[in-house]
Order: sequence, then C-alpha cells, then structure tokens
Amino acid sequence: MRRRNFIQQTSAATAFIGIGGLSSLSFKPNYKKHITILHTNDVHSHIEPFGPDDSRNPNMGGAARRATLIQQIRNKNPNTLLLDAGDIFQGTPYFNFYGGELEFKLMSKMKYDASTLGNHDFDNGIDGLYSQLPHAEFDFISSNYDFSNTVMDGHTQKHKVFTKDGVKIGVFGLGIELQGLVNDNLYKETKYLDPVEIAQDMTRILKEEKNCDLVICLSHLGYDYSHDKISDIKLAKATENIDLIIGGHTHTFLDKPTIETNKAGKKVLVNQVGCYGLYLGRIDFYLDDENKIEANGLKIEV
Amino acid sequence: MRKIRLSFYLLLSAIILSCKGNSVETAEIKAQRIAIDENIEADPEIEEFVAPFKEHLNKTLDSTLAYNPKDMVKSDGDLNTAIGNLMADIVMEQANPIFKSRTANEIDMVLLNYGGIRSGLNKGNISTRSAYALMPFENEIVVTELSGEKINEMLSYLERAKTAHPVSGIQIEMDQNYNVNRAEIKGKKIDEDKTYFVATSDYLQQGGDNMNFLKDPVELYKVDYKLRNAIIDYFKKIDTLKVEKDNRFIRK
Repeated sequence: MRRRNFIQQTSAATAFIGIGGLSSLSFKPNYKKHITILHTNDVHSHIEPFGPDDSRNPNMGGAARRATLIQQIRNKNPNTLLLDAGDIFQGTPYFNFYGGELEFKLMSKMKYDASTLGNHDFDNGIDGLYSQLPHAEFDFISSNYDFSNTVMDGHTQKHKVFTKDGVKIGVFGLGIELQGLVNDNLYKETKYLDPVEIAQDMTRILKEEKNCDLVICLSHLGYDYSHDKISDIKLAKATENIDLIIGGHTHTFLDKPTIETNKAGKKVLVNQVGCYGLYLGRIDFYLDDENKIEANGLKIEV
Repeated sequence: MRKIRLSFYLLLSAIILSCKGNSVETAEIKAQRIAIDENIEADPEIEEFVAPFKEHLNKTLDSTLAYNPKDMVKSDGDLNTAIGNLMADIVMEQANPIFKSRTANEIDMVLLNYGGIRSGLNKGNISTRSAYALMPFENEIVVTELSGEKINEMLSYLERAKTAHPVSGIQIEMDQNYNVNRAEIKGKKIDEDKTYFVATSDYLQQGGDNMNFLKDPVELYKVDYKLRNAIIDYFKKIDTLKVEKDNRFIRK
C-alpha cells in the first residue's frame, strides 16, 4: 500500500518528463493482460466422438476435435493454460486395452499443462498409473494425496506456478477420499489428507510465498452433495485466496460457473464441464495493470 | 544507479498514466462453455495417431467369441429372463472354481441386479464388444458369507422389489402377490442357523440398489475377477449360448 502511494506520488511528480521521453516504449493504450484457462474433467477415455445413433450425446465429443478447438484458442491467445480435473481413465475399451497410454499421449499432444488425479485414475492400481507416467508430458498436481509409501512418491507436485505474460498462476490439486470408492488393494498406501486444511496451506504458499496473481484449485472432490461430504461448493466457502475451482467427479454439466463467496467475502468461481470430453470449459481473466483481478471492482460475465 | 532507478519510476508512472482515464483498471472474468461437436473439424494429426490403436481395438472387439441362437432382451420375462439367467450362471460357473481353490468352500447362490443388465444380446455372433455393452462397468465379483437370517432379508427385499433380479443356485416361488411360498438353496430349505456363500458384485455389496442385507456379511471374500472378464472368458469357452428362461424365480 505504501509502495503504491509512493509510486502515485512519483508519477505525479515525473509526469511532465515522462510523456516526452517514453515514445520508444511500445506501450498499448488499452493495456490489459489476458489469461485464458481451458479445462476438461472426467473425460473417461473417450477418444472417439459419440456416434450419430447415440441416445444421449449424438455426434458429441472426440479428442481430435478437442485438439482443433484448443489450437484455435491458443492461436488467438498464447497466454492459455490447459488443465484437467481428473478421471482421465476408464470408460471405453481404449483404457482396458492400452491402460491409459493413449489418453496420456493425446493430452501431451494437445499440450495439457497439468492434471489432478481422479479416483478412476487408480483403476489399474497405483502401479498401473505409475507405468503410464512416461507417456504424460504434463504435470500431475495433487496436494492432498500423500504418496510417500507408494511408487508415485516424487511423481506428483503439491503445487505449481505457471507464468503467462508476467502473470503468476498458482495451481494446486485436491483428490477425493479413495476409501469406499476404490479398492484399497489398488490405491495401496496412498493417504488422503483433509482437503480444506490442505487448501489453506496451498493458498497461503501460493499467494503469500510465491506471490501468485491467480490461484486455481484443480479438484476431483465433486460439485456438491446433499450430505456433508466435502465438495467444491463447500471448499469455496470454507477457504480464501482461491480464484477458480475447476471441478470433476460428479459429472456436473454447468453451463456457466457458479459464483460463491469465500471466507474473506470475496468471489470464487466454481466450474465443471460434465464428462466424456463433450465440452471444453473456458475462463478468460482480464487483469488490471497490477496483475490483480479485483483492484477496482470485478466484473464477472458468465 | 540513480539513472536506472529514475527510468524505472518513469516506466511505472507511464503505466499508471496510460491506464488512467479508461476502463482497463477494472478486471474482468468471462466464462464460456464450448460444445465439442461436428462443427469443429477433427485435427488430422490426432486422427492419424489414433488410427492404428482404433484398428487393433476394433479387430479385437469384433472377433467372434460365441454364437447366440436368439435375441435376448431383459424384458422377456416376469421374474427371470434368459439374459439375466445367463449372467448369473456365468458368475456361478466362472467364479466358483476360484473361490473354491481359495477357501475350500463353494458358492451357494448368485444375486445380481436387473439394472446391471446394460444391454441385450442380438442373435448371431457374440464378440468382446457384446460383453462390453452388457457390462460396461468395472464391477468385481465378490462372495459374501450371509447368515440364514440375512437370506430371509434378501427374500423380503425381492418381495418388495417385484423385479427380475438375476439369480443362480436358488429357487424362489412367489404367489401372484409376490409373497414367497417356497425358497430353496441348492435344493434345501433355508436354515437360519446356517451361513451361505452368496456371490454378487462389489457394487451391490457396498449398498448399490439398496441391497443392504449384503452390507455387513459374516465374511467378505474378494475373487479379483471383473464381472465383464468372467463374461468374456465364458463366451470364449462356450460355442453356442444357452438362452432359456426357466423356473428358478417365478410367480405361481
């Protein structure tokens, strides 16, 4: 705050000199940073589009179409981050036949930046997941699974900071409780840690230590439940410093993000795009001159 | 040094000056959901990459495993259907040898759920693809050791359900109002003091379809055998499917 005051005073004092002397700087008058976040969840090995005779999703989906769409968006805005909220595996014979190799290779070709893990990503066991890692040229971000006593130890990151156009985007990942959902002989000694506590740790690190401008939570907790199980909606309300929660697991088709209010009274976006690669979620952040999204009020168009 | 610092302040002030007076200081977030449909052209490189995987997969999925002499749909019976009987009998036949080798016990009966029959089987050649359609889920076969009392709870459940849940190894006769008149496991009346080995899916054992009598068995045994793999293995070893309704679960 003091720094800002100082700069403002300085700018007033030096304004006269400034205008004449800065013509060489290529400075756009409508200066505004634009970060695009693209996301999928619960693609469940759907590589081919649904056929024309499909009763629910005729002619929808398909990895090759998704690749085209992502490339088109990247061509327009290179400052794009592509994320997945888990359950990449399981749902078509492609997974049963190739164990996830094709899914990871396609995501690598599409240049996914990161994914978190869903419960079905353990369907071939933690060893099955581990054996496919060489095919993934993107990061697995998982903050609340403790993999110390498993083969996955050291192969996931608790958080990661991506810098696009000088904007620091911190991403962390939350997975669902595996007990009761996945056979324990599949996830072995993976420990599930409390998502709210971990989220508080992660947001503190990302916001305060890493000075992130945007904080994104990749979640496979599920959108919301009628019982008291932790969900994206409950997480949004119980935490602070998260700007966007990209969810999965419940296959919830949101046509626009839900806007929740966090513990500090600030807005949090919660989004999820159903399943099977039928939709691509897109969130565009236009940041002000200090890389902030809420300096002088925030306009959310959903 | 002073010079560098001064130019830094100049740059900062320039930013602030340029940004003031227009709307750029207000941050904005826009969101959009984009449908992936036939309006988007497929990336040819991706299609080319997938092609050999697809070809191999289709060849394997469509290779013939067995012959089905007639169409089977799950609506062809009152309390038992040809396709339900087939599925329950497959579980009995495929899982029992594994269970027996591990525990020295034999499966007494099989219970699946009607909703778990995910497709019919058309007359003609049966392939791996048929097995995926019939059982797309990854459910595993489990064996629950149930008290005779729990078996009676199961019968009450079936009285309320009035549904052709697939069974094998048990004979159930109901009256027209779905009250059980007679129930026998392996030809013998249900003994409340005995325990029975009931094979089912992990989904149902964990409370699926509210089959709560499966939830807390005396003992739970894993077979490590997916339902679909049992079906595929059975199709592989059998030449022509047996496709009959019978009197295992009827109303009189």
